[in-house]
Amino acid sequence: MSGPSIYEPKTGFEKWLDTRLPIIRFGADLMDFPTPKNLNYWWTFGGILAVCLVVQIVTGIVLAMHYVATTQGAFASVERIMRDVDFGWLIRNIHANGASMFFLAVYIHMFRGLYYGSYKAPREVIWILGVVIYLLMMATAFMGYVLPWGQMSFHGSAVITNLIGAIPLVGDTVKTYLMGGPAIGDPTLNRFFSLHYLLPFVIAGIVVLHIWALHVPGNNNPTGVSVKDVKKDTLPFHPYYTVKDGFAILLFLLVFAYFVFFAPNALGHADNSIEANPLVTPAHIVPEWYLLPFYAILRAITFDVGPIEAKLLGVFAMFGSILILFVVPWLDTSKVRSMRYRPMAQQFFVLFVLAAVGLGFCGANDPDKLVFKWSDGLIVNYVDTNGAAKVSPKYAEYADATAFQASLPASAGASIAIQEDGFKWLWLSQILGAYYFLYFIVILPVLGIVEKPKVRPPSIADSVRGKKHGGSPASASPVGGAAPVAAE
Amino acid sequence: MSEHGSKAATADAAHAGETRRDFIHIAAGVAAAGGVAMVAWPFVQQLGPAGDTKAASAAEVDLSKVPEGSEIRVGIGGLPFFVRHRTAAEIARAKADDTATMRDPATDESRLVKMADGSYNTAFLITSGTCTHLGCVPVGPAQGSVGEFGGWYCPCHGSHYDTSGRIRKGPAPKNLAIPEYAYISPTMIKISL
Repeated sequence: MSGPSIYEPKTGFEKWLDTRLPIIRFGADLMDFPTPKNLNYWWTFGGILAVCLVVQIVTGIVLAMHYVATTQGAFASVERIMRDVDFGWLIRNIHANGASMFFLAVYIHMFRGLYYGSYKAPREVIWILGVVIYLLMMATAFMGYVLPWGQMSFHGSAVITNLIGAIPLVGDTVKTYLMGGPAIGDPTLNRFFSLHYLLPFVIAGIVVLHIWALHVPGNNNPTGVSVKDVKKDTLPFHPYYTVKDGFAILLFLLVFAYFVFFAPNALGHADNSIEANPLVTPAHIVPEWYLLPFYAILRAITFDVGPIEAKLLGVFAMFGSILILFVVPWLDTSKVRSMRYRPMAQQFFVLFVLAAVGLGFCGANDPDKLVFKWSDGLIVNYVDTNGAAKVSPKYAEYADATAFQASLPASAGASIAIQEDGFKWLWLSQILGAYYFLYFIVILPVLGIVEKPKVRPPSIADSVRGKKHGGSPASASPVGGAAPVAAE
Repeated sequence: MSEHGSKAATADAAHAGETRRDFIHIAAGVAAAGGVAMVAWPFVQQLGPAGDTKAASAAEVDLSKVPEGSEIRVGIGGLPFFVRHRTAAEIARAKADDTATMRDPATDESRLVKMADGSYNTAFLITSGTCTHLGCVPVGPAQGSVGEFGGWYCPCHGSHYDTSGRIRKGPAPKNLAIPEYAYISPTMIKISL
């Protein structure tokens, strides 16, 4: 979309440099980049994410100056950062909460892309690069969480490496090479530290590709209608979007600062303040919040399908739930980009967001605990005359249960317990997990064929000028406005 | 839009040399500069010695463990210090040289610290173990070389220190520094960084 460069070197030095390394021209062209004039605040999360990455890299470099990557020294070195290093508490809290903020922003960024169809032609590569960044973020966050060497660090990493061990044929070998030994230990911690330092720079490299790919077709926009007239439909990136992004970044930093200064441990787990003990697993082992939906999908598979065991199927489902994002551009058959003009898709999308968030709650809760209870009663556990363990029917009244207990001989060892029946978190995660996959595999492909989209404005300029006037007869065809325009 | 935002008003203000936009630019720039400075502060400060490093910056030394004619070397926070038990001959040589021509003139007594009773323990000389030239650690009696003046010799660039730790020959500009220390008892000293 970018037109010819309008940069003109003014000083002698700029002219000299421009013919050798046109870096000022490069920056000036980025600032002049024609950007749709109707971008809303959901579009500011790209800039927010860039800030997140820089914050994580800067604070991470500082933490690496004080951190010791050995199983003997890691936990103590993190405590030293918190207590003895000047402002170490601040820098570590920024880094730890920064990971959460990074994921918060990336999820909003991804939902925005899904709602406004930003993954559709000609922007498939931008989307795919984004999913690669997201995968790298998860890998980086996971390895970073191991470094403080707390109980959650250790046992969380044990669970994840065992996941990889579940892959048939190669799993065990890959797992051993990942850990560098029979269990998580010094070799694992060292390589995780090394990779945790490396991957953010790989992410930064792919972010460059992501932005490069963005600057070929230009930004999508809330209408999904392509830019037709650069003069009427767009504004230069600077100052219009530098200021808008800057304002959004400030608001985002307020939320960030709230967590850093007032609730630095709200998003963490108390168990990680206990040094890792390979002999005792904490009672509740859960990943960080941003990985919970996938954890819920992993645990939702409790049944075998044919020859595939539940454990392996769960691993496939979990990885599949992320990998499916790569093919979303081809699963969605609708020619209309923005769901603003797709009344049915809108509703399914809202359900999808609720399912994704709901899966997060499922991941945080014990699968056998109840979401809500529909009945409770008393049961009597006892041993019958043949020595077999038996359970009585459920009694609503305490008197009935004690009467039954009294009717049994003393050798039955009868005891009364409360039994609650209700809707299990496991079932909810199975329903929501099924919807997650249905949304991509069935709903998106079918909707594109059966749904009748609403009338779209003929151009971005028209949509900005007045929403009431949108929908002239010329724009009424469902395909016209949003069809990929090769001319740009 | 208010009057100020209209083109005419902006044009008038531009002629006057100041606009509302100028004010916003300057205010935003100042706020941003202030923010950057406040963020930079902790990131620079963290480079300094940490609390535990500062706490580990003193050590007590038992002088009775140092045999006459030899020295022990004490590391505090990674820095070397010499605790030398001088012989009567070495003390006499140091005092005799008080009047000699030196690069960094000092009397032997000025390089000692009084004990609790106000007297000097001339037998013990406590100095920094860092050569004042470029920071090497000079060799002493235990390493088999004391230099031309009986004290220390720096193998890096050939500085000779006498039995009072004063620079007598070679490129070093200053005498071996006397650390901050105090006699806790007649046989115990505490050296601080």
